[in-house]
Amino acid sequence: MIREYFIQAVYLAASVLFILGLKSLTSPDRAQRGMQQAAVGMLLAVVGTLVHQDIITYGWIAGGLLLGTAIGYPLGMFVPMTAMPQRIAFSHMFGALAATLVGVAEYHHGSHGVVRGLLALLPGAAAEIGRPKMAALGFEVLFGALTVTGSFMAFGKLQGFITGRPVTYRGQNVMNLALFAAAVGGLLYLVYDPSSAVVFYGMIVVALAIGVLMVLPIGGADMPVVVSLLNSYAGLAASATGFAIGNNVLIICGALDGASGFLLSVLMSKAMNRSFTNVLFGAFGGETAAASGGKSAAGLTVQSVTPEDAALRLAYARSVIIVPGYGMAVAQSQHQVRELAELIEKKGGEVKYAIHPVAGRMPGHMNVLLAEANVPYDRLYDMEEINDQFEQADVALVIGANDVVNPAARTDPSSPIYGMPILNADRARSVIVLKRSMASGFAGIENELFYDGKTSMLFGDAKKSLTQLVSEVKNV
Amino acid sequence: MSNTFIVQLYVFVLAAFVGYQVITRVPPLLHTPLMSATNAISGISLVGSIVAAGGKFGTVATVLGFIAVVCATTNVVGGFLITDRMLRMFKRDDGRAKRDEEKAPAKAGVGAGAGTP
Repeated sequence: MIREYFIQAVYLAASVLFILGLKSLTSPDRAQRGMQQAAVGMLLAVVGTLVHQDIITYGWIAGGLLLGTAIGYPLGMFVPMTAMPQRIAFSHMFGALAATLVGVAEYHHGSHGVVRGLLALLPGAAAEIGRPKMAALGFEVLFGALTVTGSFMAFGKLQGFITGRPVTYRGQNVMNLALFAAAVGGLLYLVYDPSSAVVFYGMIVVALAIGVLMVLPIGGADMPVVVSLLNSYAGLAASATGFAIGNNVLIICGALDGASGFLLSVLMSKAMNRSFTNVLFGAFGGETAAASGGKSAAGLTVQSVTPEDAALRLAYARSVIIVPGYGMAVAQSQHQVRELAELIEKKGGEVKYAIHPVAGRMPGHMNVLLAEANVPYDRLYDMEEINDQFEQADVALVIGANDVVNPAARTDPSSPIYGMPILNADRARSVIVLKRSMASGFAGIENELFYDGKTSMLFGDAKKSLTQLVSEVKNV
Repeated sequence: MSNTFIVQLYVFVLAAFVGYQVITRVPPLLHTPLMSATNAISGISLVGSIVAAGGKFGTVATVLGFIAVVCATTNVVGGFLITDRMLRMFKRDDGRAKRDEEKAPAKAGVGAGAGTP
């Protein structure tokens, strides 16, 4: 039994290293080292498991490890930061798939394992799986399966091969709720009678369908909440796996993952000032939103500006606050943003970045893009930190952001985004907006900031506009 | 049997508390690496898949276990790599200022060294 103790000790060490690793994420300076230590913990746990007495052949294991590394390495090293949301959704899918498959294997083993011959005919004999374990297994495959398809849908929407517009149809919410009730009912039945394989596999199929149908009506810009929520579900599935196979490290890691995802989704929802249920079931961002409220643009004009004029204003500004949005990510223009900021700083101006919590398509999206462009992170400010400073800013430079700077959120109770905390770009002394066209943003409403007297619009692709601004500022 | 379950429940609840305490202190700056890190860590399900693929539990379990090993390993390797890649990118400004300082005295040193015969 020394082997058992060894393995348990290794798992314990791994758990400690994981928790310390996550803790190190509280500071950007310690984070890298902390996560490397967590990786060592993972390595220890895997190596330790390899001496487990239940392993007969190592062929499949070695093959799996090699194949997994071959797939994981390019996914880790070569995916660009602009594809990060999709990649995160993709990894949630894989994690949930692993949990679901282990659950199915465990159930299959439990119900077919040692029961032979006549014994199999006795009622309850196939219930090799005790009730608590069955509950854990059921939970594991239910959440696992729905996270697999849900994450795939999210991946599709983020990558663009599934429409980013919310897809709705009549009776949708009723149907989704009914499916969910069916799945939960199946789970409860399984706890009562663990031997009914039909219900087990049927529940998985229903869960797969739920994953697809739940994410279908959610629009692209609500993805930060969905991605965090799927993160949480993948963690819960992993935790349930831990209960089912009696592995404490799994329970701990699943709980950490679940808590993290859940907290992030709550944060994202609060930052949009919409409740969970509204995000998941409200089909926000469709045509209905535009019809229900918001000002119309009739009779209002915008001032457009040339890169030369905009460059003059930026070059002579003493303080500039840049507001990046999803548009900057789409145009992949974060490097040009940094170039422009450095030029402005050389001319004596001060540049800060205002990051709205739900800017982009996943939590922390803008931060990662700007960090990749070598923007020092002490220039990046949260909404609470920087909102009061807009009044002293000479220029607020809005790049591909729309709803997060829409004053209607403050002033217009009939607007669909009313109540959402926004960045006070409209309080700056002047505003320059980089935008491709006057098309509306995700919420489908007009943005009165664009029509304001002190706002100038610089139309065009963000990357092109910024490159022009950079060369113009150099000439000033 | 039920005693184990109770203990597991304790572990879960305590871990959830720890998770809450730690994660609420992660700044929004690092939310993306947080997601990839927690995802990489939950790849610990690999240890369960390894045992399932170990062959003791029949063909179905071995095959399913194999696929699960592939998925979990992908997450572990990819997840830790990408988290490391992201975290490496977050630098403060004094990094830049320090590098500029280092370049200047080095140049001066070379010039002075060459100047004195």
